Amino acid sequence: MIHSLFLINHSGDIFLEKHWKSVIGRSVCDYFFEAKEKAVQPENVPPVLQTPHHYLISVYRDKLFFLSVVQTEVPPLFVIEFLHRVADTVQDYFGECSEGVIKDNVVTVYELLEEMLDNGFPLATESNVLKEMIRPPTILRSVVNTLTGGSNVGDTLPTGQLSSIPWRRAGVKYTNNEAYFDVIEEIDAILDKSGTTVFAEIQGVIEACVRLTGMPDLTLSFMNPRLLDDMSFHPCVRFKRWESERILSFIPPDGNFTLMTYHVSSQNVVALPVYVKQNISFLETGSCGRLDITIGPKQTMGKTVEGLTVTVHMPKTVLSANLTATQGNYTYNLATKVLVWDIGKLNPQKLPNLRGSLSLQAGAPRPEENPALDITLKIQQLAISGLKVSRLDMYGEKYKPFKGVKYLTKAGKFQVRT
Amino acid sequence: SSILRPTILSVLRNEDLKEMLESNKESLKLEAMKRVVGLIAKGKNASELFPAVVKNVANKNIELKKLVYVYLVRYAEEQQDLALLSISTFQRALKDPNQFIRASALRVLSSIRVPIIVPIMMLAIKESAADMSPYVRKTSAHAIQKLYSLDPDQKEQLIEVIEKLLKDKSTLVAGSVVMAFEEVCPDRIDLIHKNYRKLCNLLVDVEEWGQVVIISMLTRYARTQFISPWKEGAMFDENNEKAFYDSESEEKKDQMEAKTYIMDPDHRLLLRNTKPLLQSRNTAVVMSVAQLYWHLAPKHEVTIVTKSLVRLLRSHREVQYIVLQNIATMSIQRKGMFEPFMKSFYVRSTDSTHIKTLKLEILTNLANEANISTILREFQTYVKSQDKAFAAATIQAIGRCATNISEVTDTCLNGLVLLLSNRDETVVAESVVVIKKLLQTQPTQHSEIIKHMAKLFDNITVPMARASILWLMGEYCERVPKIAPDVLRKMAKTFTAEEDIVKLQIVNLAAKLYLTNSKQTKLLTQYILNLGKYDQNYDIRDRTRFIRQLIVPSEKSGALNKYARRILLAPKPAPVLESAFKDRDRYQLGTLSHSLNTKASGYQELSDWPAVAPDQSVRNVEVIEPVRNLPSSPTSYHRYNSYMPDSTSGSESEEESSEESEKTSSDSGKSSSGSEQESSSESESQQKKKKKTKKAPQKKSKPAAADRYSEIPPVRWTLRASFFFPVNLACPDVTTPSFGPVKTYELLHHMTGKGLSAKYHFPRQPCLYQPSMVAVQVVLTNSSDHSLEEIHIGDRNPASLNLHCFNTIERLEPEASVTVSMGIDFSDSTQAANFQLCTKDDQFSVSIQPAVGELFMPITMTEQDFSKEQGKLLGMNETSETIAMATANTSSQAISKQVLSVANVGVVSSTQNDIHRFAGRTVSSGALVLVSLEMKESSSALLTINTEKSVMASMLLRDLKQALAQA
Repeated sequence: MIHSLFLINHSGDIFLEKHWKSVIGRSVCDYFFEAKEKAVQPENVPPVLQTPHHYLISVYRDKLFFLSVVQTEVPPLFVIEFLHRVADTVQDYFGECSEGVIKDNVVTVYELLEEMLDNGFPLATESNVLKEMIRPPTILRSVVNTLTGGSNVGDTLPTGQLSSIPWRRAGVKYTNNEAYFDVIEEIDAILDKSGTTVFAEIQGVIEACVRLTGMPDLTLSFMNPRLLDDMSFHPCVRFKRWESERILSFIPPDGNFTLMTYHVSSQNVVALPVYVKQNISFLETGSCGRLDITIGPKQTMGKTVEGLTVTVHMPKTVLSANLTATQGNYTYNLATKVLVWDIGKLNPQKLPNLRGSLSLQAGAPRPEENPALDITLKIQQLAISGLKVSRLDMYGEKYKPFKGVKYLTKAGKFQVRT
Repeated sequence: SSILRPTILSVLRNEDLKEMLESNKESLKLEAMKRVVGLIAKGKNASELFPAVVKNVANKNIELKKLVYVYLVRYAEEQQDLALLSISTFQRALKDPNQFIRASALRVLSSIRVPIIVPIMMLAIKESAADMSPYVRKTSAHAIQKLYSLDPDQKEQLIEVIEKLLKDKSTLVAGSVVMAFEEVCPDRIDLIHKNYRKLCNLLVDVEEWGQVVIISMLTRYARTQFISPWKEGAMFDENNEKAFYDSESEEKKDQMEAKTYIMDPDHRLLLRNTKPLLQSRNTAVVMSVAQLYWHLAPKHEVTIVTKSLVRLLRSHREVQYIVLQNIATMSIQRKGMFEPFMKSFYVRSTDSTHIKTLKLEILTNLANEANISTILREFQTYVKSQDKAFAAATIQAIGRCATNISEVTDTCLNGLVLLLSNRDETVVAESVVVIKKLLQTQPTQHSEIIKHMAKLFDNITVPMARASILWLMGEYCERVPKIAPDVLRKMAKTFTAEEDIVKLQIVNLAAKLYLTNSKQTKLLTQYILNLGKYDQNYDIRDRTRFIRQLIVPSEKSGALNKYARRILLAPKPAPVLESAFKDRDRYQLGTLSHSLNTKASGYQELSDWPAVAPDQSVRNVEVIEPVRNLPSSPTSYHRYNSYMPDSTSGSESEEESSEESEKTSSDSGKSSSGSEQESSSESESQQKKKKKTKKAPQKKSKPAAADRYSEIPPVRWTLRASFFFPVNLACPDVTTPSFGPVKTYELLHHMTGKGLSAKYHFPRQPCLYQPSMVAVQVVLTNSSDHSLEEIHIGDRNPASLNLHCFNTIERLEPEASVTVSMGIDFSDSTQAANFQLCTKDDQFSVSIQPAVGELFMPITMTEQDFSKEQGKLLGMNETSETIAMATANTSSQAISKQVLSVANVGVVSSTQNDIHRFAGRTVSSGALVLVSLEMKESSSALLTINTEKSVMASMLLRDLKQALAQA
């Protein structure tokens, strides 16, 4: 299936290659570079390309291209999903996925790739299984290893791979047993010029961090499971139990994982935490424009809106911005033409406002379209859909774990058209 | 010199690495290997280090070993001879009691792309496919594909293995074997029949990647085995209506027949068991279920996949791209599926261009009378986009909406006309092109628009747009009788400066006007035709000549002239504006071919439904499966719910465990205790394994854990093995070769060899070429200043000498060296093998005289067996002597070391401290050689050798005596 993998950085250097079958020369990447050249923006490179003898399937993550070469028919999503898993694994092992980190840990990365595929077919992609075979580096261990000549490759064998619960390591032990669940909801919305909602929906995800000894069997139930419309589960979740009782029953992986993602039923009206009043205009003459943005709280359920930012991708002809913000700071990047206004906490008594003038390239025609505003925000201790976890129980182990649930609402793809 | 420096540096570095690899320190070796793998990862060539690396293949350090494997797989193809040296290590590991060691040995062995080992791989695959451990069987399924790509001639044999593995009930194996099936014999649908129900039932518990492969294969299978759930349904409705009006009994009969569509229960089983996978976190799995429903489910059931597909749009950009492509194809045929989710396809300014275009495509497909106003309002936003390519695509989309929904045609047209005054040229040009197409569908009412466009003409510079307007003028010149000639007049002035496509349309316009309004335009037309006649572009010259003959009556023009009007002004069919995704579903959805819209190599066609269902009974399995008998729905998730251990340990029979899993059902408490038991027994077995390694191999008194794995009786092994392999080599009692210090002997000195020097040593590994041969490794070095060519083996003496030559070395550069391996049958004698080592120009007589100890192969025996065999070899067959021992040699370790340095024999573990035993067989005849050393007082010992080869015994005795006396 997957024949080879090339890791390519932003400027087009191949800095790692791995072949699972016979070696394919680097020249195959030339077709990709050609497409990259044409696309201008890296995001615009088509994920699937055809060359005379091969097919190139790539993903762009963290400013790196993961380019795989395949020779025969294969579901493209199969490869794409796998490439993202590779990036996730690197992220998981080293804390970040970047060229530097991969170069520093090139042998470990190579060993991981070796374990993840056999003859191009995924073999071990579960983080728990991989970590049993190849230990992630820690500062302490690397010091010890240099002194003793020890290695990162586990001498225990990956028993998880054989069991029917491959996601959990065997023999897990903790002195402090704890299970944390973060319910994170994102609001995707498009608002039009007048502030009317064109489209809004809520997507949620439950991220878990479980550090429990032995083989705990957990159940998690909700006060209002009816809110959930469509979801996907980590393989550990017993689907049948959910179907019949609307209870999440599972033996968790060890460590961090995504328990489920969900979509909130579209019947419910989505509460938008903020409203935006804006006026951006470009004058017909004089090569200048005006900008005036005010943000105010709408339905915040009594919580504070934090981490508020507004990002504006200005038309190319906008040379500079001369603005005043009543709260927070703004920056205008001349090269990328991106205006970022970092507001911070939203104070309902004194609404933040940004206003001033924009100067345009002389002689250039007035921009056709006003730029859209992208909003980000955070509200702690609130799931905007109203979803609530009712209880978490543990079976199969005797000790009493520490349990915690946290809620967070964020703006997802929240865009205001102007 | 500055150019040379990098190469010198790299040479130095290689030398350093070589030194590190050959050092005694593990840590140095490991460090060196890490650097080597680092080089490989960067795509640098590290093949020179092959001999140094491959020596470490049997190293105990797991990380080092793994790195060596990585290296080996990468370079084996280039260094075939040397790679062969490592094979025996893997052959031994294939019989290791630890399943992971067996699996990894098979993984590496099958990845070494060296054609000569094909039989060995075949044998290993066959054995591993019958292994007790499902993990090893999984690995063997992967190996099948590797062997197939190395040697497609093995297909028939491999299909047999696939057939066997398809019967496997383990969820670990299922995905991998179906993958092998898809690569090797995707057309052998018959192999699936008996396993179909099992695969359906296992599916939820298979790992996610396997699920994708199985679902895709089952989609294809179902299309050949079941009858269509679609047509019949449609007929059913139709007939119902007819029946209402028509009371004729005959009709009713037909109708009854048509009504009898009942879905095959197996068809239903597949649909039911794949449905829960729509909730998978793996996007590829969700997509594969979606395509399965699309291609197999009754039309009204397909809608259940919609939500899940829309959910995938939240995923990564690349995932969105593929999913949107598939939704685009689906939404052409089934608007209803996605209409409720229309807003999920609204474009954000931050989307990348190809995502935007796909969303636009889908929105256009979804447009109908009810939602068109919403969509058009949305499109208005897009037209203003700063991304001009996207704005242009939006205009195309508006055009499509206008033709598809007649209610809005006028609205759209007016909207497009407004865009004609847009500032952006691309937008205007695109609008003109689209308007032209729209006008063609209903030209009668739109002379105003044509006039408007004529007015704009001067301001439009995009050639395609100008050409489109000119074409419109010509085509409808009778509707704008005053304007058209004036446009032609302007064009006559600028003709020479126009682009080619515009020129062609000018000629066209001129011709049409000449036919309809020759009074006003005759001269203009002739002027333009003259310009065209001398144009640089031959296309334009041709067209001009053709038009002139056609429209201007002359003697030559003949009959065609009469029809000029009918030719040029014939009513033309309006172009159809349709989606690029129309008919894309001729490719199975979710495939690479679908994504590219061309057939990718290896694509398997999805067949049409059979008119009559093939025999359903082929899927019946003789043995009644518990899975099958239980009422359908809950059973399939049983294991999913209860996490039944999937027959992980080899000892349990699989039937048993699968039955058990049925019984325990969703009782989670019980099952978790079950898995605890499982893990404890696993750890127990590991403890036992540890014990076993400490004890060293003992044949009879094997610990229980080893028994669990030694499922194949040795006798059968030997019989089977002998087809490919020397009995005495493949026999499981041949042990690890004793890695003593390797002595190197000189074969040819560079002075005698005119620069060619050769050294040899005995690697003490089973010879691959023939069972009776001793493996010899020769290092050839060119010490001369010119390259040597065609190094090969010439005449041999005695002529009957059985010798496996190395392949001719075409060229050996100065200072380069190469290691080759050969096999020599010494017929259990120390007589030298004489032969000639030849280059292109010279021949050198050389000889290899083996020490007697090299003519043995080590074997494993228990102490009891040793004594028993020793008892059979008494009298004539026994040689013994009391010898003096160096004081340094009295520890058992030192004794083993000394003995192993002399002879390639195996250590027999001993319960008595003062007796040391060693066992071996002679390579050629396989005669037993038993060495025992009984320690006496004052550093003397009784050395006894029992073998029927008495000459060898006395020689061995002499050598051993000497070695043990040395400090």
